[in-house]
Amino acid sequence: MYRKKHVEFPENTPQSFHAVGEPVTRVGIEGNVTGGLKLTEDYAFNGLTHLTMVRSPHHHAKIVSMDLSGAEATPGFIRALTAKDVPNNIITPMQLIGIGPKDERIIAQDVVRYKGEGLAAIIAETPEAAAEAASKVKVEYEELPAVFDVEEALKDDAPIITLHGKNYFPYEDHHCRRIRFGDVEQGFAEADVIVEQRYDTGPVEHVPMEVTGTICEPTADGRFNVYTNTQGLFFILALSSYVCDIPPHKLRFLGGVTGGGFGGKVDGVTEYLAILGAHLTGRPVKYFYSRQEEMQISSTRAGWRFYIKDGVKNDGRIVARKLVGYANCGAYNRLVNYGVTKGAAHVPGPYTIPNVYADMHCVYTNRQPASAMRGFGVTMMDFAIESQMDIIAEKIGVDPWRLRLINAYKDGDMKAHRKEAEGTALIEVIQETAAAIGYDLPEDLKALKSYA
Amino acid sequence: MTVKTIAVTVNNVERHVTVKADTTLLDVMRDELGLTGVRAGCRRGGCGSCSVMIDGALSFSCLTPAMRADGRTVETIEGVAASPSDLHPIQRAFIKHGSSQCGFCSSGMVMSAKALLDRTPKPTRDDVVEAISGNTCRCTGYASIVDAILEAADELSA
Repeated sequence: MYRKKHVEFPENTPQSFHAVGEPVTRVGIEGNVTGGLKLTEDYAFNGLTHLTMVRSPHHHAKIVSMDLSGAEATPGFIRALTAKDVPNNIITPMQLIGIGPKDERIIAQDVVRYKGEGLAAIIAETPEAAAEAASKVKVEYEELPAVFDVEEALKDDAPIITLHGKNYFPYEDHHCRRIRFGDVEQGFAEADVIVEQRYDTGPVEHVPMEVTGTICEPTADGRFNVYTNTQGLFFILALSSYVCDIPPHKLRFLGGVTGGGFGGKVDGVTEYLAILGAHLTGRPVKYFYSRQEEMQISSTRAGWRFYIKDGVKNDGRIVARKLVGYANCGAYNRLVNYGVTKGAAHVPGPYTIPNVYADMHCVYTNRQPASAMRGFGVTMMDFAIESQMDIIAEKIGVDPWRLRLINAYKDGDMKAHRKEAEGTALIEVIQETAAAIGYDLPEDLKALKSYA
Repeated sequence: MTVKTIAVTVNNVERHVTVKADTTLLDVMRDELGLTGVRAGCRRGGCGSCSVMIDGALSFSCLTPAMRADGRTVETIEGVAASPSDLHPIQRAFIKHGSSQCGFCSSGMVMSAKALLDRTPKPTRDDVVEAISGNTCRCTGYASIVDAILEAADELSA
């Protein structure tokens, strides 16, 4: 992996930088303020059809039977897509870089694993006809026990909710992502004070102002123009090719304009069925979430739970940290396993701790799936770590500025996941922050530096 | 279902559109007239992205039956600038202050600002905050939007 080393650029003087502190006009902003900006939903197509999902009212249930006849008899109905219409109906986004197991159905097959999971896609002439036809699909369910709490889901007697048979994402066959650095028990023995605390964060919806959606237009040469507001255009092209069993050169993805994403439009969701619908009907298909679906069905930031045990010396030095973390990825993992790995690398935070022990779990539950969102993994870890720092400061009576500065990592320090720290600047950032708000740090703290 | 042809003056041009009783003004603007600057954010009056002016009064086009616009004038974001090279002071101020990131809320924000400044040429900061209280922005944040509207007010009333 490429890492930027500390490099001097003698030709650059402070006067040669102008971006920071100066307004830079956003590219294309004229279109934003005149209405000329063309978003995915703004493209018009002759013969456009509309796709609506039939969704599960249960958190976890066996699909006993599904009767589409009421939908098929609805005026304007064109075609239904069910699990058997999806060529490769099991994926995980990171399969593209060889990470598995695949765990997610594009359309539910036999079992639904969260409230709102789609069982059938209804394609009709108008949005109203699609909604009416979808409402006439009769599904018989057999409810199964559901689990929502991460620790409950890992108990021996918890209902197994995944296809791969474990309620956790396996990391190289282990039940969690592990960090073992130094000797944490020895560190606790050497500590003057032990600080133990639990932290919980809730799931968060991205709420983009533009809902997630795709319009797929079949072209006369047998290809597909895929208009999408995804944040991961090429990523989703590759996944769509796999799911739909259509070679990538036949898929022409058009996008790059996103009305707010924040990580919520990284996973492909609407693309696969819009493409399959266009493939099977020969008509352009529009699959856009309603605002309600955006809130209740689309991925969220995962909710997390952390248990932190820190061993601290009376002067504020943290000598040992044991952390057990759980991310609630919902019914399907999507990208949460990656967030958990990022979180594991961030267990000491921007601090140097000589003894670290971490077990980080990515846990399946019957919630709507979680995935990427702005710094996921690290953001929630920072909430826990920095809350912990304030609690330690209060408990041992050390100024919170001092606590952070004396524990701050420096260039050359070995981090718990065995990467040497480079380009560190926490000390300087805190010093500058103190100066900016008029907080006069003691001289010994002003003298600290991140680098030799 | 009742079907009717309505006459509506949109951005100074009279248009005739056949609509059903449950057709919204939003759908007429986007699907019939191609005015896609009028954004469909929630279709339930929650976000303000679809705001237009009907006879000068700010309205959520997603909650307005198209038939109610019969015989009236509608102004949309596409009608705010005199020409592509001659933007309205509100639009120029949005550009200067970086008051638009993804751009989705901007159409509604500009319409709310224009509705305010048309009736209150010298608004206070609180007036501006109140005027855009029906418009949700998820990325830019509101401070730069309020700054831009206040600057445009100064320019327009100078």
